[in-house]
Formats: sequence, C-alpha cells, structure tokens
Amino acid sequence: MNPGGLSAIVPMACVTAAALAAMTAEAFRSRGERMPIGPLGLIGFIGAALSVALLWNRNQASFGMVVADNFGLFTTGVLVVVGVLSLAISEPTLDRERLPRGEYYALMLFATAGMMLMATASDLLLIFLALEILSLAVYVLTGLRRDSPSSAEAAFKYFLLGAFSSAFFLYGIAFTYGVTGSTRLADIGTVIAARAMSPTLLQLASVGLLLVGFAFKVSAVPFHMWTPDAYEGAPTSVTAFMSTGVKAAAFAAFARVFLAAFEPLRDEWSMLVWGIAAATMIMGTVVGVAQTSVKRMLAYSSIAHGGYLLVAIVSANDIGKSAVLFYLLTYAVTNIGAFGVVAVLEDAERPNDRITDYAGLWATHPGLAVLMTIFLLSLGGFPPFGGFIAKWYVFNAAVNAGYNWLAVIGVLTSVVSVFFYLRIVVMMYMTPSDNPARFPAVPRMAAAALIVSAILVVYLGILPTAILNLARASIATIF
Amino acid sequence: MMTFPILSAIVALPALGAALLLLIRDEHNEGLIRKTALVVSVLVFAETVLLAWQFNPASADFQFVERHAWIPVFGISYAVGVDGISLWLVVLTGFLTPIALLSAWESIHRKTRAFCMMVLLLESAMIGVFVSIDLFLFYVFWDAMLIPMYFLIGIWGYERRIYAAVKFILYTMAGSVLMLLAILGVAYLSSTTPGGYTFDLLRLYELSVPANLQFWFFLAFALAFAIKVPLFPFHTWLPDAHVEAPTAGSVILAGVLLKMGTYGLVRFAFPLFPVAAAYFAPYLAALAVIGIVYGALVAMVQPDMKKLVAYSSVSHLGFVVLGIAAMNTQGVQGAVYQMLNHGVSTGGLFLIVGMLSDRRHTRLIAEYGGLKKVMPRLVAAFFIVTLSSIGLPGLNGFVGEFLILLGAFAWNPRFAAIAATGVVLSATYMLWMFQRVNYGPVTNDQNASLPDLRPREWLQLVPIIVMAVLMGVLPNVFLRPIAPAVERMLDLVHSEAPSQIRAELR
Repeated sequence: MNPGGLSAIVPMACVTAAALAAMTAEAFRSRGERMPIGPLGLIGFIGAALSVALLWNRNQASFGMVVADNFGLFTTGVLVVVGVLSLAISEPTLDRERLPRGEYYALMLFATAGMMLMATASDLLLIFLALEILSLAVYVLTGLRRDSPSSAEAAFKYFLLGAFSSAFFLYGIAFTYGVTGSTRLADIGTVIAARAMSPTLLQLASVGLLLVGFAFKVSAVPFHMWTPDAYEGAPTSVTAFMSTGVKAAAFAAFARVFLAAFEPLRDEWSMLVWGIAAATMIMGTVVGVAQTSVKRMLAYSSIAHGGYLLVAIVSANDIGKSAVLFYLLTYAVTNIGAFGVVAVLEDAERPNDRITDYAGLWATHPGLAVLMTIFLLSLGGFPPFGGFIAKWYVFNAAVNAGYNWLAVIGVLTSVVSVFFYLRIVVMMYMTPSDNPARFPAVPRMAAAALIVSAILVVYLGILPTAILNLARASIATIF
Repeated sequence: MMTFPILSAIVALPALGAALLLLIRDEHNEGLIRKTALVVSVLVFAETVLLAWQFNPASADFQFVERHAWIPVFGISYAVGVDGISLWLVVLTGFLTPIALLSAWESIHRKTRAFCMMVLLLESAMIGVFVSIDLFLFYVFWDAMLIPMYFLIGIWGYERRIYAAVKFILYTMAGSVLMLLAILGVAYLSSTTPGGYTFDLLRLYELSVPANLQFWFFLAFALAFAIKVPLFPFHTWLPDAHVEAPTAGSVILAGVLLKMGTYGLVRFAFPLFPVAAAYFAPYLAALAVIGIVYGALVAMVQPDMKKLVAYSSVSHLGFVVLGIAAMNTQGVQGAVYQMLNHGVSTGGLFLIVGMLSDRRHTRLIAEYGGLKKVMPRLVAAFFIVTLSSIGLPGLNGFVGEFLILLGAFAWNPRFAAIAATGVVLSATYMLWMFQRVNYGPVTNDQNASLPDLRPREWLQLVPIIVMAVLMGVLPNVFLRPIAPAVERMLDLVHSEAPSQIRAELR
C-alpha cells in the first residue's frame, strides 16, 4: 500500500466541495431565483469519476485509514452513478413537494461523500464515522417534506432505529478493540487469524454486534422494520437515492469487514448470515406480494435484493465477492430507474402511488411504461436485462461454494417476486384506464436519466463481460 | 474465409424486423405495419428453407456452428448450431410465424404494431432456443421467450387473459429457475476438467457427472421441460393459456412453444444425464401415458372447441414424451417427427377455430352445427386437418405416432398398449367434435349466412394442408436428416450401461 498523501480522499473531496458550493449558492440565492444547483453537484460527481479513473490500480492510501483500492473505487464508481442519476430524477419531486433546493442537493452530496468514505475506509472507527455522516444526511432528507406527517414519521422511525443500530455497531467496535487491540481492519485480521482456533465469547460477541449493525443498514431481516416506512414516507427521489446508495456503501463496508478482517471466523458467522440471507429473501418477496402501494412494494423488493447480496457474501468465494460489486451496480441503475418512474408519475394533487393508479399507463405514456417494464423485468431477473446476469452471478457463487439450498431459496423467491413485479405490468398494459391523462408531463432531465438507466440495464444484460471483469479485478487487492 | 453466419441471421432478422416496425411513424397505419411484419417473417422462413437446403443430412454433427466468446471467464459463449433434431424445428418456427401473423389480420386491431413486434421478438427467442448449443445462451433465450408470449396472451387475449398470462409465466419460470441451478451445477463440475469452466453443450456431453448428482440435475431439467411440454400433472397452465390467447398466440404456443419442452428432453436432459435418464424413463413414460389417456378423456367432454384442441395437445405430446422415454431409434425418431406433425396439425386446428370464432364470436361447439352446407371449403380444410391430427395413414400424424408406438412396444409393450388407446380416443373426440360442428341441419340461424374462406384464410390453410400431406407421403425427406442426429443422441444416452446404473442409484 502506498502512503499516497491525500490522493485517496480526492473523490469524496470533490463531492464534498460540490456540497459546500451548493450550500453557499443557496445562501446567496435571492428569493424566487431559480439557481442551477443540481449541475453543481454534477460537476462534483464528474470530478469524483475522473479521480476514480486516475486512482484505479494505484492502491493509494491516506492517513492509513482510507484506502483507494480497486474494491473501494469500484464502489465509489457505483456511488457516482447513483448520485448522478438521483440528481437527474430529483427535479420533478423538488418542484412538486416544494422542497428547498439548496438543502436538498447539499444533503444528498454530503450523504454521497459519507458513502464514498464508508466504501473506502479501512478502520472500524472511520467506517462508523462515515456511517454517521451518511445516515444523518439521509435522516434529514427523509424528513424533508416538513409539512407531511408521513415524511416526519418516516424520518423519526428511521432516525430512532438507525441510532439504535449505531449503538450496536459502536459496541461491536469497542468489543473488537477489546479483543484485538486495534480498530484497523488489517491488524484485526492478523490478530484474529493468529488465534483463530478458539474464538473467545467476547470475540463472537463483537462479530455479532457488528453484524447487527450492518444488517440494520442493509435492511436485512429481522432488522428491516424501518425500511418500508422510511422508503414510503421519504420524497420519492430520496427513496431512489437511499435504497441504492446506502445499500452500496453498507455492503462494501460489510464485505470489507466480514470477508477480510473477520474472514478467519467465517465458520462462526457464515451460518448466521446464511439464515439472515434466507429470511431476507423470503420475507422481502412474500410480504412484497401483499403490497398495494408501489413504493412499499419496491421497498420490500429492495429488502429481497439485499438478501441476494447477502447470498453473495455468504458464498465468500471470488465469484461471490465480485458478485457483490456487479450486483450493486446493476441493482443501483435498475432500482433508481424504477423509483424514477414512480417519481415522475407523482402528481401534486394525487400521489399516484397505488398499483391501480398505473392502469392504462401504456396508452397515455407508452415510453414510461416500456421503461418501467424494463426495470421491473430486470428486478425480476429476466434476460436479456442486467438483473438476470446479476442474479445468475450470485447463484453461481452460491452453487460453487456449495450453498445449494440457499441458491434454491434464491431462485424460488425470485419467481415469487416476478409475481408482484408483473402486477404493475398487468396494470400498465392490460387494464384499461378509468381516468387517463392524470399524469404530469415528464421533465427532460428526468427522462434522460431514465433512458440512460434503461440503456445501462440492457447493456449489463447483453454485454456484461467488461464490467464483470472489472469487478473481478477489483477484489484482487483486498481479499 | 468467413462463411455467412446464417443461424445468427435467422435469429437476428425477426428482432431487427421488430425494431424496423418502431421506425414506422404512423402507428395507425395498420396495413403497412402488418405487411412489413409479414415480409420480415416470410424472409425468415426463406432463410430457414435455405438452411434446410444447405444442411448435410448425412452428418450427425452440429452444422453451421458459430462461436463467439461472451463471458469468457466462465466459458460462456454465443454458440449456435443445428443438427437433424433442431433443423426442422427451426423451419417449423419459420413456417408458422407468417401464418400466425396472417391469422391476426382480421382479429387484431388494437395496438397492431406492438402485436407484430411481440410476434417477431418471440420468433427470435424461439429460434434462439432451438439453435443454442451453449447452456447459458439456451437459458437466456428460454427465459426471454416468456416475455413476448406473456404480453401476447395478456394484452390481446380473451376475457380471462390476465389470469392465463400470469399463470403461464409463473408456472414456466418456477420450473426453469431450478433448471438454471442445475445448469450452474453442471458447469461447475466442468471447472475441474482440463478444459476449464464451460457451458458448451458439446463439452458437457463428454463430462461424466456422478450418479447422485445426475439424479438431482435430471429432476431439475425434467421439471422445467415437463411443465413446458406439458406433461401430466403439470399441464394445468396450458388450457388457460391456449384458450385465452389470441389465435396467433395459440398457433405459436401449440406449434412451437410446447416443442421446447420435448426438444429440451432430447437435447439436454437425456444425453447430459444418461444414468438418471435411464432411471427416470419409466416414470416419465408413465406420466406420458397417463397424459395421453387423461388428455383425450378430458378433451372429449369439452364444450369449447379451443379447450378441446388444448387438451388434445396434452394427449399428443404425451406420445412424444413416450417416444423419447423409449430411447430407441424408432421411438426418438418418431418423437422428433411427431413434434413437427403436432406443430402443423394443431396449428391448423387453432387457425380454424380462430376463423370460426372470428365469424361468430363463440367457440362453443353447441353454437354450431351444419356448417358443411354453409362453408363447404372451410369445412373441407377442417376435415383434412382433423384427419391429420388423428393420424390417418397418408397424412403426417400417422407416421409419427406409428414410429413412437413401434419404439415404445419394443421397449415396454404395456406402455405401448395403453398409449394405443389414445389413438382411438383421439379419433373419437376429434371426429365427434367435427361431426357436431359441421354435419346435421343448421340449427342456429346465425350460422346460416357465414362467409366461406376468404383469400387471406386460404393463404393460411393451404400451406398447412400441403405440409400435412407432404409429411405424410414423403416422411423420408424429413426423417433423413433426423436419423443420424438421433443415433448420436442415443449413443450418448446409452454410453453407460443401464444395469450398473441402477445398482449405483440404489
């Protein structure tokens, strides 16, 4: 590892600078003036993307706590994609809900910076710090619709449970420090490996507590309770952002901690994560079937997708590790796309959030209906879309690692999930609309973001090799 | 020198045609849209005929093979090729698609462009299934094919279309995802061989899979294919899907889609897992025979013509599975032949039922009667197709069923004996239906002035009848390329001695 000075933090510094610029711009905005604050964020993301490209394969480290290894950089890249797409689909939500632009963009950028830090941090304390940076920003974003009780409720629930999980996480760090005498992941790994034969109770407790902390953040069952409420109550563009960004950051850190530092204890935690993965997939899909609100349904769907990601983590082989990365990217573009369609269809008078509200969408908005279909089919795991390749890759990892039953649960739950994704498709195409032309016009920026997402989804489904190879190259340096 | 990639061209052309339809500016210019789609599908058919023309019938190997690395880390490639087993299925797909498009000319007037696009995309995916010689690619086409069919049933179907469409897709998926896992498992086994990770069918044929794993893998494959065929008791999606689908959808569903199940058994399940295949063959045959009799009996009591034809498919495809399970030359050759026959004759039956229901908007047998006097030409075509379906000597159905029964008898006379009753039963329900619809006095006044065959309907029925006669009179033309490929498949299946296998499994 090269002591590269500050270079490892350049990506998040770019985003943070953009966030500060957004805040400053908001402060100097005269009342009623429309400022292009969104594009400021875009500039930050372009900077982050460029620095990711420049840092690639260099293994730079800063302060001994932030490592820009390829794994972290790949995740940072995913977060850039998440950030750019989220910015692009935000406009309709901001207009309709009359959200404060400056705050919104600044918080989103700060959250992204925290996510990037979380993905590249190599010290438990720094991971915690990053977790708090992103969480605080996202709590506020969730509650940004100040006049809406459901938004406030969502933010409050999310905050309370999040704080609770942070406590678990912090306890876990403390115990780990007590056992190993360090918070650096590399040192922890070395110490544990040296005496892996007989893990003490304290050691197991530290692993368990950290597991709970991560499980909260990736909304794994049974720590998923906050997810549907928070996702439903938050402004839809925020839901798109946090259902993908938070998950990407948390899974990156999860993989780093459990597959690198706690790797010697895998025998102890793998059965536990196996159970959580199975429960998450089953719970997410089965409860998803019963939803009548599109946002809640997508919330349960994203819980289920967390389960598939956990399958990749349990598998713990090279395929599984790269599957985490590939899955995160595919899931991110697909899910932002799906939530993006929901966001542009919302109307000031009516939320248009019931599944039945989508009746006849094909007749009125054929383009949006086709885009939504692509996203839903990809979430359901149909070829030739990215979701299929991602799921195949995860199940491939599970089969190669000998977790056949987990793979069986995975494929069967994904059949069940097809049922509820298709409910929306049925509505859009096969059910006549009782009251057409209720949907608002689609802003150009959001439409572009949705089209780009759809193109990426198809690209990842048909020509996945380049990204797969990139993901495989990304895991070589740390595990 | 690079040869012309004819298989890729056949797979790609319908999809490109679908994209071309998007370029037509005026969505309501139905005539132009239909004509474009029809021209594309006829061109595809021409390509498939060219393929059959250039095919070397003496060779058992895959021909026109193309390979391009796709996901090289796992040995996944875009690999396509045809042998005698898949050749005619590709031609059949090319043959039925223009007919299906023609059948929609009068009956589909809503969202015509999307309809034509779905039919063409479906054609691409179906041909892709038949020509893939890479398991991963096969699965991609296999699953991708569900989407256009789902829309065809769900958007343009009859009253209970949504239920039927969702049932169709969920049933099929439930079976096929387990097959995906089995595919992953087989490929994983290949990763320890000298050649490394591969999904290539030809290399996996040579893999010796441990007997206990074969058991599970075969079950997973067989379940996916049994649902698709559909084999009793996995057939319940079929009557719904068939009845609710528009005529074009039914024609393709019966003509091509169901063949994917039986094709999968011949191409994948049996040769890849010969040990388990030998073990399970009697069970499959038992289900097939139950399906033959059960399908026929249920068909007999249907008041709805479309449902009757749907159940007759369950019965007829039971024959195909029986022939495959027999695992001898006659049985498998007959099975492959019968797949084609069923595609032609059942496709024809659905067309005729569609024509009747376009005229009267009902498919109930009781609503008709005495049509012979009103529409002599349509009834004549109906008669020929009916005879072809029940296997009258001289028409196509006879050859396939005869070969299958011959093969089944050599293997297990009891199965053959029960299956033979199916032949009688099929004559009973088909002729009885024919009689009730076409003979006797015109009981319903609405039937008195129905128009006879229109020119466009001639265009649909004449090819079907010509094929039915050709395949009945000149079976050798069609069987010649099939024979070597079947022998090769049987060599793979019998490569391990069955007695030793049973011992291993117990």
